[in-house]
Amino acid sequence: MTTHSTTVDRGEARQYVTVRIGGQLFGLPIDTVNEVFSPDRITAVPLSATEIAGVLNLRGRIVTMLDMRRLLGVAPATGPSMAVGIESAGEAFGLMIDEVGDVLLLEDVRKDPNPSNIDPHWAPLVDGVYRLPGELMLVLDVQSMLARVTPARAA
Amino acid sequence: MDDLLREFLTETNESLDVADTELVKFETDPGNREILNNIFRLVHTIKGTCGFIGLSRLAGLAHAAETLMDEFRNGRPITSGSVGLILSTIDRIKTLLAEIEQRDGTEPEGSDADLIAALEAEVARVPEPVAVPAAAPAPAPAPAATSIGAVIERLERELLPGEVPLAELDRVFRETDVEVRAPKPAASAARPVAAEAPAAAASHDSVSAQTIRVNLGTLEQLMTMVSELVLTRNQLLEISRRNEDSEYKVSLQRLSNVTGELQDIVMRTRMQPIGNAWQKLPRIVRDLAQDLGKQIELEQHGAETELDRQVLDQIKDPLTHMVRNSADHGLETPEARRAAGKPERGTIRLSAYHEGGHVILEIADDGRGLDVARIRAKAIENGLCTEAEAGRMPDAQLYRFIFHAGFSTAKAVTSVSGRGVGMDVVRNNIEAIGGTVDVRSKPGKGTTFVIKIPLTLAIVPALIVRAGEERFALPQTVVLELVRVREGSEHSIRRINGTPVLSLREQLLPIVDLGAALGVRRREAELVGNGREDALIAVMNVGAQQFGVVVDAVSHTEEIVVKPLASMLRHVSMVSGSTILGDGRVIMIVDPNGLAQLAAARAEKTADMDTVTAAEHGAEKNALTSLLLFRAGAQGIKAVPLSLVTRLEELDASNLEELDGRPVVQYRGTLIPVLYANAEVERRTSGRQPLLIFSEGTQTIGLVVDEIVDIVETELRLQLSPATPELIGGAIINGIATEVYDVGHFMGAAFGGDLQVTPHFEGRAHRLLLVDENAFLRALLEPLLRGHGYRVITCRTAREALDRLSADRDFAAVVSGVGADDVDGFHLAEAIRNELGLEDLPIIGVASTSRPELIERGREAGFTDYVAKFDRPGLMAALREFASNEHLEAA
Repeated sequence: MTTHSTTVDRGEARQYVTVRIGGQLFGLPIDTVNEVFSPDRITAVPLSATEIAGVLNLRGRIVTMLDMRRLLGVAPATGPSMAVGIESAGEAFGLMIDEVGDVLLLEDVRKDPNPSNIDPHWAPLVDGVYRLPGELMLVLDVQSMLARVTPARAA
Repeated sequence: MDDLLREFLTETNESLDVADTELVKFETDPGNREILNNIFRLVHTIKGTCGFIGLSRLAGLAHAAETLMDEFRNGRPITSGSVGLILSTIDRIKTLLAEIEQRDGTEPEGSDADLIAALEAEVARVPEPVAVPAAAPAPAPAPAATSIGAVIERLERELLPGEVPLAELDRVFRETDVEVRAPKPAASAARPVAAEAPAAAASHDSVSAQTIRVNLGTLEQLMTMVSELVLTRNQLLEISRRNEDSEYKVSLQRLSNVTGELQDIVMRTRMQPIGNAWQKLPRIVRDLAQDLGKQIELEQHGAETELDRQVLDQIKDPLTHMVRNSADHGLETPEARRAAGKPERGTIRLSAYHEGGHVILEIADDGRGLDVARIRAKAIENGLCTEAEAGRMPDAQLYRFIFHAGFSTAKAVTSVSGRGVGMDVVRNNIEAIGGTVDVRSKPGKGTTFVIKIPLTLAIVPALIVRAGEERFALPQTVVLELVRVREGSEHSIRRINGTPVLSLREQLLPIVDLGAALGVRRREAELVGNGREDALIAVMNVGAQQFGVVVDAVSHTEEIVVKPLASMLRHVSMVSGSTILGDGRVIMIVDPNGLAQLAAARAEKTADMDTVTAAEHGAEKNALTSLLLFRAGAQGIKAVPLSLVTRLEELDASNLEELDGRPVVQYRGTLIPVLYANAEVERRTSGRQPLLIFSEGTQTIGLVVDEIVDIVETELRLQLSPATPELIGGAIINGIATEVYDVGHFMGAAFGGDLQVTPHFEGRAHRLLLVDENAFLRALLEPLLRGHGYRVITCRTAREALDRLSADRDFAAVVSGVGADDVDGFHLAEAIRNELGLEDLPIIGVASTSRPELIERGREAGFTDYVAKFDRPGLMAALREFASNEHLEAA
């Protein structure tokens, strides 16, 4: 787990995979990310929630693809998407995003709580903000994201 | 929990299940020493092991039971009471074991003094001088052998109730026939007990030497890997299909074969004999028999039939429930059985066998059979069907109501069953694993439940079909056949008031469009609208339901590996899982149950549309009527409205009896009058002849015809006045002159109210509002009225009729049913007169009884005239009189 950034002496630090969804930069804790792949041949699941783009076969495993733009309520993508593979409770998911950025090592103490004026739709999905040079990076809460797609009665 | 304890728990639980079964066998066959020895060994093993790993409470209990059993071995007579005592002891041991497992290896607090005392009392009850000394060498101080003395010394305490002096252990080893194989006992204190487990295990199954215990997780993993292998093989085959002359074809074929065999073998490792699921049943049945005061014999056939462990687990509970049901509801008390001329001892027969990728399981009893009348009443009470529907339903269909939620016909709730939870759960459990359950019953002869379950859930044969742009897998086990429908083909899509149905041989099946059902394409409109007759339909059978599924194309069949969907997708009703096809693409496995529900809703809608008519769609002028065409006599085709036909039967001439000079036949346990459609119908004296059954409430008749010809849907327009009273009139159907028979006439002829008036044909199109809750009456009158040139709008309730009338007053008359205790009809008349102020609108009551006070009350309520239910000519006369006048006035 060595990185290009300087060793941090004080406090805990965490690595984030940065992704871009509809122009906004998000960060996913690196330990939640299994892999990054280019989604191919997604099969729609009839009558499922609109946030679920479908399923695909990733090396023999069925991966449920989540349309992050829909989940966050931003306009549908025009270009090709990328996907970040995550795993939760033994099930594989793919988050469809616009593009994948760098891996950043960020200190926990630098994380700010959610700003009060954050989009109420986003608030439950975001677990803090980092002020990076030039822009903000929102930390995505993977579990609440999956919970949002799971039907209420199953939760 | 340490390994030793875990091993102990697993083994003991297994041993106890065996002990249960053996004991019940023993009770009926007390002379069988082998069984006795088996049980004794089992209990003894438990006791010994318990003592060894420090479970003193358990050991004490086992010891007491063992002492009693030892008595049996020494010739003490076996009583039901003493066996019961041992069974309760085994139950207690099971409870304790479960708690030990939960508490991670420590025994729960408490005492078993009660049971131990009972057991000891039983031992003491009939002292048998000869047996005692040999049987229970009292846990006396150590005999002479020095080694034993050493053991006791090493224990450095008194023996606990369950502990055994080594001398006794020694004796057991001497007596048990496996002794030779056991390692020499008494070498050290620990050895004898430690050696016991394998010895006992080997004893009750000599094959066990060839088997090993494998962790279930490992097996599951193996299964997953094989699934992957199958998948990869399929992918390779797909590639090779595209490359004609590849040199690896031969190797690939070999790989394919090996994979197939491997799959088979791995599947077999997961297979267990179904007898494992039956193990607890003898005990349950025995206890039930005692509780209920019945004599029950449990027969088992095909216990060695194997099926997947996963499936086995899932059917255990439903199976137990059904056996309990059979014992409780199915079988009668000995007295009742004797009275019915049956042997006092009732039999529950379990059988299992393989049939084409399925295991068929039958639970049959020779009891009283299902009570059709109660089921019918209950179904109506629960609103599952109307009275008329229930009257028209075949028994087999009525029986299936017992699988509905909250449906129990048990008169009393017993501790065993009758709470109305159960059969629906049973059905759900079975359907959850892709199985089906059905019931057959014969009054007085017994009831049989038939369960059909797939051998395995992991790999299933599927039909790959296309709907829209997507491919889907249909589990092949539910697909009966594929039908191509096109113009001029044998089968066709017909419309019942706009809803498409498949006419397949004698059946009309609801159809569901796969693409539309899955929301991948909206073609339903096309299918219904512009008469698309060319379609590919998979006929499916789910539970008791048959229906057609329209697909766009059928690709091929394939053994697919079922991959469960993520939990967030499991609620999706039409999809049960996914699979990866040979080309690597994921496709959805369609859930047949979801489709079945849709089809059921569709069928209901069709039935509704059938009776409510398509008035709302402005199609009242040419509403279609389904007619059953038949031959009666040498010439011409005859017809009756299909909606009136309860079912089609075959009359066996030898069953024809005579009552009061009229022919009757036994039908569902009652005698029904048999009428001949006309004088020309052949009166056969042997062989079979088609019989149309018509039912209305409790009145059922059979109408003999010569041949069933077809079912057509047509605009019924009567062309000719009827020449004889049994006809409504003549009509041109499919270009052939057809006589339309009046079922009302036959009902009237059979049950009185026979009328001879011949009505005149009314040619002008007056609109009539027909109101009756009874679907039969609506179905009876609607074609009749329509046939006489009226335009008929039907309503089921007074409310519906009033709504209709308040919006649209252009009716020549209202025809309303009036039942004996049906206030609806009166209410309707009053409301029409008072609320709507339609004082002049003729209202004609069709009465099911002709009690004078009802007629009087009807007049007060505002009825213009009254006719009896089957008085067709009377109704026509009344309409002619009142409706025409009204029409003239209005004009």
